[in-house]
Amino acid sequence: MWELERVVGYLLPWEFSPAWAIACLVAAGCYLRGLKRQRSKGQAPDLWRSFAFLLGVIGVYAVTQTQYDYLSQFMFFTHRAQHLVLHHMAPFLIALAAPLPVLAAGLPVRSVSLPGRAMAGRVLGPLYRLLQHPLIAPLLFVGLIYFWLIPEIHFDAMLSRQLYQIMNWSMLLDGLLFWWLMLDPRTPEQGGLGYGTRILVMLAVITPQVLLGAYFTFSERVLFDVYDVCGRAWPIAPLTDQRLGGLLTWIPASMMSVIGILIVVRHILAGKDDANTGKADPERGMTQP
Amino acid sequence: MLGSWLAGCSDTDWQTKDISGLMPPLEFDLTSESGETVVAQAFRGDVTLLFFGFTHCHDVCPTTMAHLDSIIGELDEEARGDLQVLFVSVDPSRDDPDTLREYTANYGPEFVGVTGTEDALNALTRRYRVTYSHGEKDETDHYDVSHPNAVFAFDREGKAQFLIRESDPRKVVIDDLRKLLGRRLGA
Repeated sequence: MWELERVVGYLLPWEFSPAWAIACLVAAGCYLRGLKRQRSKGQAPDLWRSFAFLLGVIGVYAVTQTQYDYLSQFMFFTHRAQHLVLHHMAPFLIALAAPLPVLAAGLPVRSVSLPGRAMAGRVLGPLYRLLQHPLIAPLLFVGLIYFWLIPEIHFDAMLSRQLYQIMNWSMLLDGLLFWWLMLDPRTPEQGGLGYGTRILVMLAVITPQVLLGAYFTFSERVLFDVYDVCGRAWPIAPLTDQRLGGLLTWIPASMMSVIGILIVVRHILAGKDDANTGKADPERGMTQP
Repeated sequence: MLGSWLAGCSDTDWQTKDISGLMPPLEFDLTSESGETVVAQAFRGDVTLLFFGFTHCHDVCPTTMAHLDSIIGELDEEARGDLQVLFVSVDPSRDDPDTLREYTANYGPEFVGVTGTEDALNALTRRYRVTYSHGEKDETDHYDVSHPNAVFAFDREGKAQFLIRESDPRKVVIDDLRKLLGRRLGA
């Protein structure tokens, strides 16, 4: 019983944030409702796609609305792991799931005819296209990582509750935009970004992340004194903390690009096979709403 | 919030770390070294420095307290009378009011020891986004406590102003303290 209470305690938010909780619950709820509706019509996506989407949403919730968030605030390497989930892994899984048809099916009917929908589209459309430009997207992706890791900026972000939330939201939203562009299920013919361009973009973001991670890993001085100033979650040598954080910025973050490239290469090869055999790949070119 | 942060938060150029606009005003409900309940409002009108530590600390606490004591010694007598240093013990099981009183007696009259229940201390550390933890007990029942090493400075209205780090040069800290003490209420 005591063990159960302890586990429940770990799952409770360190700092409850309605925005994170609502976003995760609405995304999961909408997806599950859409899945049920699509199943009843025999249009459900592959099981692995549903699993990827829900795992991504659970990942976002776990690093923001459980006691893990405490560790993220008071240790550099656990903070880097939090951003690895928010900026890389969770958005990657969500984009890989190609969830738009299911989410659209799960939306309440009223939301389709909401007033101002067309206006919002006209205002946000150009901004979205700008952020998804193949030159802007990688700059933004790498730029945000660097920006929040400028020691003085990082100091303020960890000290201020509001800035901390802005930092985490910016990482998640940018991660979703970037990996959505890279793993867009539409073929280039259907309006998706060219496969070659996707590979180039994912290659381009590897080197800056490797350099930054290596810099943290091999630095002989503590770069982020906010964790000394505010205290660490448990006693750990500051340089060890920084080196672990550097490795997380360096290796798994870069590996996500490699996995992304392999997925795009698979699409290219599948496209060639289709052309040779005259068959269509059912997993590609999913209709988007 | 984002705009004011990017533009620089404060109308005063602190040479130490400016935290105005980043941190909330001073609020707490603790027990003083005289054993009485003490709240932050009791310190309004004075400049307040806030430091988290514990009396059994062998390195950060005595160094920081001695450093602050020596810096305060360089201030005018009138300014010293308007300054309070709150030493918040995050080790209440060993630091009862008597122990705290004996500890702060080693320093100037500006130093006041306070502590509280775990809930009260957690509320205060959460408010200022700092943390502390207690290590394992050894065979002599001694244990270490990890705690923040910064000193938070609040103006006479209890608003957060700057943060003193270990690495801040002495002159910079004195200049900022003089500037903060020179501000009158409502100024």
